[in-house]
Amino acid sequence: MTIGLIHYLTVAALLFVIGVFGIFVNRKNVIVILMSIEMILLAVNINFAAFSAYLHDISGQVFAMFVLTVAAAEAAVGLAILVTFFRNRGNIAVDDASVMKG
Amino acid sequence: MPLQAIAFYVLAVVAVVAAFRVVTAKNPVHSVLFLILTFFSAAGLFVLLGAEFLAMLLVVVYVGAVAVLFLFVVMMLDIDFAKLRQGYVQYLPFGLIIAAVLLGEMVMVSSAVATRGAAAGHEALVAPANLSNAQAIGRVLYTDYVYYFQAAGIVLLIAMIGAIVLTLTHKPKVKRQDIASQVNRARKGAVAVVSVTTGEGISE
Repeated sequence: MTIGLIHYLTVAALLFVIGVFGIFVNRKNVIVILMSIEMILLAVNINFAAFSAYLHDISGQVFAMFVLTVAAAEAAVGLAILVTFFRNRGNIAVDDASVMKG
Repeated sequence: MPLQAIAFYVLAVVAVVAAFRVVTAKNPVHSVLFLILTFFSAAGLFVLLGAEFLAMLLVVVYVGAVAVLFLFVVMMLDIDFAKLRQGYVQYLPFGLIIAAVLLGEMVMVSSAVATRGAAAGHEALVAPANLSNAQAIGRVLYTDYVYYFQAAGIVLLIAMIGAIVLTLTHKPKVKRQDIASQVNRARKGAVAVVSVTTGEGISE
């Protein structure tokens, strides 16, 4: 049995769905939410790389690199916000982070 | 079963199981370590797809930088993680339903694309004719995509500035360098000539 495009797409779909599931069940723990977002972006990257290989077009890999860049920037800013939030509140429970709600 | 298929299944199973443990682990440090395992297995999948440069980038950027950053934050902040797990069971059924529906939809679309899409019937181009993967990426990255490349640099710069601005605090007791006042310092305000009378010394 040879490995085709569908196999890679299925793995990516599984990773994506696990990421979404993680956001739902770890609603209070913003660190795990950030990790789930990283996993979702990884699933997107696997899709890009798979289509890049099967369509014989290198552009997919270039775009995956840009996704990687944005994911790294997002993690840095997200964790910085987390550290500031922890300094102000003493915990990281995001479900009572509603001071801006008015 | 060829070696490539065995490698794919091993890497895929490890990636998915580790990803599942990321969202279900009780200890966030374990979550971060499983996240590293997920990224490592995904890098292996990228190698199987012929995207070696992207695979190494994943190892360097994610395992080397992002995951370690997560680890630092998890270990630095003193958080009661047991408290944060409240509501896990409450959202579990809802999360499972959403996940199942999403997975069904995505697998349906994926199988449709793989059997009838533009890539249907193509073989994976793992090794192009006479060009390494890094060379092939470099050829288009610095020509066709040069503006996007610069934009990615700006995104990283702004993220760096944002992270510094967010976490930098000015504590009142810590003395900081003030270049303007140092440069503007003149002899007049800094040095005083006092004639001391013998046997008395100087008092403020």
